[in-house]
Amino acid sequence: MAKILIVAEHANGKLNPATAKCVTCATQIQGAQIDVAVLADDAGAVATQAAAIQGVKRVLKIENAANKEPLAAVLAPQVAAAAADYTHVFGPSTTFGKDLMPRVAALLGVGQLSDIMAVESAHKFRRPVYAGNAVITVEAPQDKKLVATVRTASFQPAGSGGSGSVEAANAKAELPTHTRFVSRSAAATGRPDLQTASRVVSGGRALGSADNFKIIYSLADKLGAAVGASRAAVDAGYAANDLQVGQTGKIIAPELYVAIGISGAIQHLTGIKDARTIVAINKDGEAPIFEVADLGLVGDLFTVLPELEKALSG
Amino acid sequence: MSKILVGLKRVVDYNVRVRVKPDGTGVVTDGVKMSINPFDEIALEEALRIKEKGGASEVIVVSIGPGDTQQQLRTGLAMGADRAILVQTDTQVEPLAAARVFLKLIEKESPQLVILGKQGIDDDNNQTGQMLAALWNRPQATFASKVELDGAKAKVTREVDAGLETIEVDLPAVITSDLRLNEPRYVKLPDIMKAKKKQLDTIAIADLGVDASAQFKTTNYAPPAARSKGIMVKDVAELVAALKQKGLL
Repeated sequence: MAKILIVAEHANGKLNPATAKCVTCATQIQGAQIDVAVLADDAGAVATQAAAIQGVKRVLKIENAANKEPLAAVLAPQVAAAAADYTHVFGPSTTFGKDLMPRVAALLGVGQLSDIMAVESAHKFRRPVYAGNAVITVEAPQDKKLVATVRTASFQPAGSGGSGSVEAANAKAELPTHTRFVSRSAAATGRPDLQTASRVVSGGRALGSADNFKIIYSLADKLGAAVGASRAAVDAGYAANDLQVGQTGKIIAPELYVAIGISGAIQHLTGIKDARTIVAINKDGEAPIFEVADLGLVGDLFTVLPELEKALSG
Repeated sequence: MSKILVGLKRVVDYNVRVRVKPDGTGVVTDGVKMSINPFDEIALEEALRIKEKGGASEVIVVSIGPGDTQQQLRTGLAMGADRAILVQTDTQVEPLAAARVFLKLIEKESPQLVILGKQGIDDDNNQTGQMLAALWNRPQATFASKVELDGAKAKVTREVDAGLETIEVDLPAVITSDLRLNEPRYVKLPDIMKAKKKQLDTIAIADLGVDASAQFKTTNYAPPAARSKGIMVKDVAELVAALKQKGLL
């Protein structure tokens, strides 16, 4: 029987919704027992949240002052130690999980499966390659531990109302001191988080300047949406790096995605193809974004957006 | 003075629209342009800049792949790498095996830094750097957008979901490059000529004594599920009405 350990992602005492998405992925493996590991200096609050995810049996608290910041080199040996009794070890395919999980896998002497998008069985999965231009079916060996990351855009978060137990885990390992946290600069915008927002408004190169990009923020605020950007807009300096949506940026799955002045390069489309409804506004009626949009409007964004904002206010 | 090891993977060129073979056995690669993985090009550029600022004495480019991979290594040499090593194999090498190969070369070359691209744009695994750092028991600084060397330490700014994170690592260490670390230089014709004379060693993967057997089996390739084409609206009023109908407003 599959015993799955999921490594929780969290910050500031809050569990990241990516964890509940990993749980959904794990529940698709028949008869699996699902536990969650919380590595922190003080895991209490996060462990309580993890225990409330439906489908979680046990939450393992792995507490250590060195776990205050999520440094892969420090966390990996502890995860590897905690993984001893498990058949599968999952983490989210976020920058946290992508940084940590391969290090865990190598310490365990096994390979890793990246970006699970669908479960076929306990050892058979589908995942995207070539920036989403192909989807492969992959079989993992039955006689080895399977370390994997879960493509969070492919799974809905598991519900709350569960009642898993919380216990301190024994994950003794020698922790390195060669890697030290210095600082983190998160843009405090007061807007929803791009990765998890149910609505996202994104701007592309057609905005033309960082100053013009402000109309994206304005529309996003009207809709209560997070702000995203195409790679072209980020490269041109119109928007910050962490707003980039696409294969090399964030892969998201909001209920509503509004693409404004974005032509729709394949690497951008890869990042949004799991969105429920895609709205595209673009001057060029031939833009590839219209091939995937549920609702398309050909027009100059500088005329359309003020009209749209007015309509939303009315 | 110290060495920097850089990994260069041969991949289908960034501009090629990759297509799945009708029989599902792979993607079409016949007659398709092959190039250095773009993230690896950024890794090499960073290594060259560090060397040019006096932070290293030698930049060695390494690739694992078939004989044709020499082309990408020659491009790396033309960019400015000092010498190249091709670990030759005709079979696909998984990230763990690639990390084991790099570890063997590290034992031989004792570099201060290993810089790899954060992921190959073919298999999109994003694993090799992290695995190498684990096997080597050294720090990893993944998804780097800024690298500052300071004696036996490096300060690396990383692109993470929440924004930018800065960590400090002791050297030697593994760094993986993100898109905005730098903009790679163009290769000039005289440099291509010069690169032909630079040293390129070829080693068979078997001679390294590395277990390169595959752990995963890919049983099928399929094109991605297509989104059905939606409807075009003619103005803002129609757009708002359609959004209301979908319950989104």
